[in-house]
Amino acid sequence: MFPANPQYHYEKEVEPKVISSMPTTPEPVLARVDSIIAQHRETLGALMPILQGIQQELGWIPEAAMHRVAEALSMPPDKVYSVVSFYTLFSTKPKGKYVIRVCESAPCHVEGAAAIIAELEKQLNIKMGEVTPDRQFSLEFTSCVGICGVAPAIMVNDEVHGNLTPAMVSQVLSKYK
Amino acid sequence: MQFHRAHVLVCHGTNCSLKAPQSIVDAFRGALKEHGLEQEVRVVETGCFGLCEQGPTVVVYPEGALYCRVTPGDVADIVAQHLLKGRMVERLLYREPALVKTVQTFPEAQYFQKQVRVVLRNCGLIDPESIEEYIARGGYLSLGKALTTMQPAEVVKVVSDSGLRGRGGAGFPTGLKWRFAARAERQPKYVVCNADEGEPGTFKDRLILEGDPHAVLEAMAICGYAVGASRGFIYIRGEYKLSIAMLETAIKRAREIGLLGANILGTGFDFDVEIRLGSGAYVCGEETALFESLEGGRGEPRIKPPYPTDRGLWGQPTVINNVETLANIPHIIEKGAEWFRGLGTPSTPGTKVFTLCGDIVNGGLIEVPMGITLREVIYDIGGGIPGGRQFKLAQTGGTSGGCVTEELLDVPMDYDSMAKAGTALGSGALLIMDDSHCIVDIAKSFARFFVHESCGKCVPCREGTKRIYDIVDGFSRGRGTARDLELLELLARTLYMTPLCPLGQTAPLPIMTTLKYFRDEYEAHMQGQACPAGVCPGLGSGLTKEVGAW
Amino acid sequence: MVTLTIDGQKVTVQPGTTILEAAKKVGLSIPVLCHHPDQEVKAVCRVCVVEVKGSRTFQAACSFPVAEGMEVRTNTPAVREARKAVVELMLATHPDDCLQCERNLRCELQALAEQLGIREVRFERRVKEIPEDHSSPSLFRDPSKCIACRRCVYTCNQVQGVGILHPVNRGWETYVAPAWGRGLMEVACALCGQCIHACPVGAISERDQVEEVWAVLADPKKHVVVQTAPATRVALGEEVGLPSGAIVTGKMVAALRRLGFDRVFDTDFTADLTIMEEGHELLHRLKTGGVLPMFTSCSPGWIKYIEHFYPEYLPNLSTCKSPQQMFGALAKTYYAEKAGIDPADIYVVSIMPCTAKKFEAMRPEMNSSGHRDVDVVLTTRELGRMIREAGIQFENLPNEDYDDPLGISTGAAVIFGATGGVMEAALRTAYEVVTGRELPGLDFEPVRGLQGIKEAEVDVDGIRLKVAVGHGLGNAHQIMERVKKGDASWHFVEIMCCPGGCIGGGGQPIPTNTAVRLERIKGIYQADKDLPMRKSHDNPAVHQIYREFLNEPLGHRSHELLHTHYTPRRRYGVPGGAGEN
Repeated sequence: MFPANPQYHYEKEVEPKVISSMPTTPEPVLARVDSIIAQHRETLGALMPILQGIQQELGWIPEAAMHRVAEALSMPPDKVYSVVSFYTLFSTKPKGKYVIRVCESAPCHVEGAAAIIAELEKQLNIKMGEVTPDRQFSLEFTSCVGICGVAPAIMVNDEVHGNLTPAMVSQVLSKYK
Repeated sequence: MQFHRAHVLVCHGTNCSLKAPQSIVDAFRGALKEHGLEQEVRVVETGCFGLCEQGPTVVVYPEGALYCRVTPGDVADIVAQHLLKGRMVERLLYREPALVKTVQTFPEAQYFQKQVRVVLRNCGLIDPESIEEYIARGGYLSLGKALTTMQPAEVVKVVSDSGLRGRGGAGFPTGLKWRFAARAERQPKYVVCNADEGEPGTFKDRLILEGDPHAVLEAMAICGYAVGASRGFIYIRGEYKLSIAMLETAIKRAREIGLLGANILGTGFDFDVEIRLGSGAYVCGEETALFESLEGGRGEPRIKPPYPTDRGLWGQPTVINNVETLANIPHIIEKGAEWFRGLGTPSTPGTKVFTLCGDIVNGGLIEVPMGITLREVIYDIGGGIPGGRQFKLAQTGGTSGGCVTEELLDVPMDYDSMAKAGTALGSGALLIMDDSHCIVDIAKSFARFFVHESCGKCVPCREGTKRIYDIVDGFSRGRGTARDLELLELLARTLYMTPLCPLGQTAPLPIMTTLKYFRDEYEAHMQGQACPAGVCPGLGSGLTKEVGAW
Repeated sequence: MVTLTIDGQKVTVQPGTTILEAAKKVGLSIPVLCHHPDQEVKAVCRVCVVEVKGSRTFQAACSFPVAEGMEVRTNTPAVREARKAVVELMLATHPDDCLQCERNLRCELQALAEQLGIREVRFERRVKEIPEDHSSPSLFRDPSKCIACRRCVYTCNQVQGVGILHPVNRGWETYVAPAWGRGLMEVACALCGQCIHACPVGAISERDQVEEVWAVLADPKKHVVVQTAPATRVALGEEVGLPSGAIVTGKMVAALRRLGFDRVFDTDFTADLTIMEEGHELLHRLKTGGVLPMFTSCSPGWIKYIEHFYPEYLPNLSTCKSPQQMFGALAKTYYAEKAGIDPADIYVVSIMPCTAKKFEAMRPEMNSSGHRDVDVVLTTRELGRMIREAGIQFENLPNEDYDDPLGISTGAAVIFGATGGVMEAALRTAYEVVTGRELPGLDFEPVRGLQGIKEAEVDVDGIRLKVAVGHGLGNAHQIMERVKKGDASWHFVEIMCCPGGCIGGGGQPIPTNTAVRLERIKGIYQADKDLPMRKSHDNPAVHQIYREFLNEPLGHRSHELLHTHYTPRRRYGVPGGAGEN
C-alpha cells in the first residue's frame, strides 16, 4: 500500500551516501517527455495536461520524467509526485500493455461485478492490482465510469465492454491476446 | 440543402455503441446502396436516445418507428421491409413492458410519453457533430438574442426568474451564482462547466455532451456575456472519450463559424472555451477541488467561504455550473422564465434528467418534470422490475445519496422533498434494486467507493470512510457485533456533520438510510450469522437448504 | 462591526473575524489541532467544529467567518460527541507509544485527548505502518505518527520555500513525506528542522544522540569539551520550565559541568573569530574586485539550500566555516597544544539550536584538524533532556563562567543568535577596522527584527556599504532571485536559514513560534547589552589566538583550519554531491 522504502542508516563520520539511485530512463523516452512538456508548458495550469500526455504516451510516469516536468515548470519535484500520486489514472509504475479497469461501484456491483472480477482473476491468474508476468494485462479497480447503462462494465485501455457475464470474459480477453 | 424521404437515426451514444452500432451504420449504408436508396434515405449517427437497456436502438423517420436490440444482421430486413416496402419490422419494434404484446412507434411509447424533453430535446435526433443541425433546431438563437437584444443584467434576471437550480446535486439557484459573479469587480472572470461526472449510476452529462455538445457551449457563452467573462473551461472526466471528441469537434466548428472566439456575431463580445481533463478523482466533481485540479494540483476541496463567485479558478470570480444546468440555459433565454416556471414544481422548476440503472426493465436516460414520483419513474417509464421480482430499495442521487424503500416511492422528486425524506435528488442517478440483493453487501459497495474516493484532506472523511467500510465488511463476514452497529451510527453522525466538503458530508447517507430501513438485515448478519439474501460469502442464508437453493 | 451570539453571550467583532477568534473574546478557547498561530488556516482536522444555527453541518470555528446575528454553540452534546469521535479516529491510527515518544508531554494530540477527556478509543487500532526515515544525520521521521495536519507542508513550502514535504497518495493512504518514498537525505532538504516546530506530534524530530554523549562522558579516556551556540542561552530555560527568552548562560555552564563535561567553552568565541575572518574577507573582496555580494556562511541549512538550489552562486559564499566548525578545528589543534592533550582523545560536543548542524559536523571536509572536528552535535532540546534525566535543579544552579581561553566572547557574538546579528557584529568591527575611529552607537536597528528582508546602507568612511539581511529560506529565495535578476547591488548579505535566525532554529525548545521568537530575540539583545565587551575585535582571546597561533586573519593557518569549500548539489534528480549519480 505504501511505497517500499529501503532502510537507510548513515555511517558515522561519512557524509551520508545516497543509497537508492534513481531508476534510469533512456534518453529517447525523455525526449518524448520533453516534447510533451514543450507542447503544454505555456498553458495555464500546465501540470495536468503534461502529466496526462506523459501517461498516455508512456503508459506510466517515470521518476525521471517527473523531474523534467518539475524543472520545466519550476516547481519542486516532490509536488509533481504529490499530484501524480493523487489521481488514479496516473501510474508511477509500468503497467501491462492492456490495463483492465473494472468498475465496482454500486450499479455494476448489483449487476454482478464480483463474478466478473473473479473470472478475470482466474483467467489472467493475477489478483486485482497486479500485472501479468508477461506485462500484457494489468487488473485494476475503477470507480464508476458512467457506463452504468450497460453494467457490469469494464474498460480495457480506452475501450469499454459492457453487459458482461462471466462467460463473456474469455471472449473479451481473446481480443487482446 | 438536400431532402430525404426518410431518416435512419442510429444511436451512437457510449452505451449503444458498445453493442457495435458502427457496424450497424455500415450495414445500413451498404444495404441502402444495394437498393439504390442512398440518395433518398439518410443515415444519422445520433447521440443517446435514452433507452440504453434496449440498445442498440434505431429510429426510422418519418414514422418514428423505434427498433430495439438491433444487430447488423437485422439491417437488411429493416431496409428491405420498412424503407423499401413501408412495412415496419414488427419483431424488432419496442415492446411496452406493461402491456406485453402491443408494439409501438417512438412517440407512442409510454416510455416517452411521461417524459418532457428540454435538456435532451436534441439528443438522439441530431448528428452531434453537425453544428448546422443544431442551428436548424434553433441552436445559437438564444446566444444571438442575448448578445443583440439583452443587457447582461437582463440575462442574469431571466435566469434568476426562471428559478433554475444547479443540477449537479446541490440545487443552488443558478441565477444567484450568476448575479454574484456579475457583481464581482475583479477581472478576469471565468466560466467553468463541471463535466466531471463521477457519481455512480450517473451518466447524464456524458450522454448530453455526446448527443448535444453545442447546447453547453452556447450556454457557456451566454453565461460569459451575462457575468462579464471571456474565457471558459470544460473540466471533463478523462474517461469520457466520446464526449471529449464531440466537444472538440463542436468547439472547432463553433470557432470556424464565429460563434466562439473574438467578436461573436459582430457584437464585440469575445468568448472561447477550452477542454481540460480529469485523471480519475471523484472528488474533483466538488467545485473547489475541480479548480485545484484545473490549476494543476491535487484535487482537494478548499475551505468555503470564499465561494467561487468571489474567489474561484486562480482566485478569480468564477461561475461553475453542471452540464445539465447549462443545457437548460438556451431554452430559458429563448422561451423565457415564465415558460420554465411552468415546468416542474414551484420550489424546483424545470425538468430533471435521470439515469435509470440496476434491476429495471428500461434502464437508460430519461427527462421528466421535477416533482414526478419515483413510482411513476420506476413503473410507468422504467417498465418496472424485471424477472418477476419485488422492488426492495432504490438509491437516489448516486452513492452519495440515500436509499428509499417502497413507502417513499410517492414522494415528489425535487431537491427539498427528497432532502426531507432523508435522501437526496443529487445528480439524478436512480439505482433500483430488487429483493435478491443483500443490504449489507450493497452497503459495503457504497462504503468501498468512499474509501477509494475520499481525498484524504480532512480527518473525519479520511479516517471515517475507512472505518465504515471495515465495520460493514465485518458484517458481511459475520463478524459484526451490536457495538459495531453503535459505532457505525456514531461514524455516520460524525461524517454527516463534520467533514470539510460535501463528499464526506454525504458519504454516510447510504449507511444511515440502509440502517434506518434494514436494520434487521444488519442484525441478522450479526446474530444468526446469516445473510438472508444468501449473497455474503461464507454466511448461510438462514433458510432451509431447499428454499435457499431455489 | 458584526454582533453575534456564542453560547448565549453577545459579542461584537470586526467583519471577517473567525468564530475561533470571536470565541476568545467571550473567554472560550475552542480546541484546535491543525491550527497554528503563524500559519494560514487549513481546517482539515475538524476538531474545532461548532454548531451554527441554520447550517446543515457543523462549521470549523478556525475558518468560518462571523456574520451579523449568527448564533453559535460550541458546547452541545452533539458537538462534544463529534469532536471526540474525530480525535478518536486519529488516535486509532496513531501509534500508542506515548510514554516512549520523544514528544511525550509536548504533543498537541496527546494534550487534546486529555482536554477532551478521552478515556477509550472505540475504533479498532490500526496503525499505518510506514517505514521510518533514518537517512539523514539531522532528522528522524516516523510517518506512522503523521496525522496529515499539513502544518509541516505549509512550513516547508510557504515559509522555507524548499518544497519537499507534500501529501502523498489519496484518501486513507494519505500521509506527508518526500516523493518516491525517499529519505530526507535523498531529496533537496536543507535539514533546517522547521518541520519539527510545525509538527503537533512526534512524526518528525531530531536524530537523538543523547546516548552517544552519555557514553563518552562515562569514558575516562576521553577529554570531553563542549561548546554552546549563542542562541541556546536564551532558549534552554524553556526546556526546564522557565519563561521564553530567559537568559540562562551561567546556569547552562553550571549544568554542563555537572553533567560531566571536562571543559565548557563557548561558540561565541569562534563567532568573534568569524567576524575577524569574514570581515577581512569582505574587505578583501571589496578591494580586489572579488565576487559580490558576499553571503554569510554560518547557517548550515542555508548552505545546504544554496548548494541545492543556487549552486552557481557558491563562489559568493564566504569561505569561512561556521563558528561551530571553527571551534572544532581549534579545539583539536590550538587547545590540544595548549592543554597538552592528544587531539585523538579530545571529544567535541556542540550544543546547538539547530538540526542542520548535525549534518554540517558530518560533512567529509570538516576534518581539518586531522580528526573529525566536531564529534557530536546536540540540540537545545537534547541538552534539556540530559539535564532533566540527571535530575539537575536548573533554576537553583549558581551562575558559572566559561572556561578559558575558548570561553571568552563579546556581545557581538551573542547577537549571532538573532537575525541581523552577524551583520550588526560585522558592521561594528568593519567600521572601526576601516576608519580607525570608535563607533558612535553600537545598535544597528535597521537590521534587527522579524521583517523578512531588511536592507541598509552604511557609510564606512566614504564607502557606501550596501547590506541586506534575510531569515527563513523563503526570504533567501527572494534575495537570490533579486541577485539573479541583477536588480540589487548589495555588497554583503546575511542569510539565516530559520525564521528569526538561530533563536528560531529547528533544534530549539518546543513550541517555537513567532511570539516565542520575539521573546528570545529580546533576550539576545539584552545579553549583548549586559556584556562588558560588545565588539569582536575587542575580544582579548581573539587577539591572543592570532598572536599565538593563527598569525593574522586570512593567514595560512586560518585558511587551513577556519575556511572551507562547498559542494554543488542537485534539486532535480537524486540530489547529493556533484560526483554522485
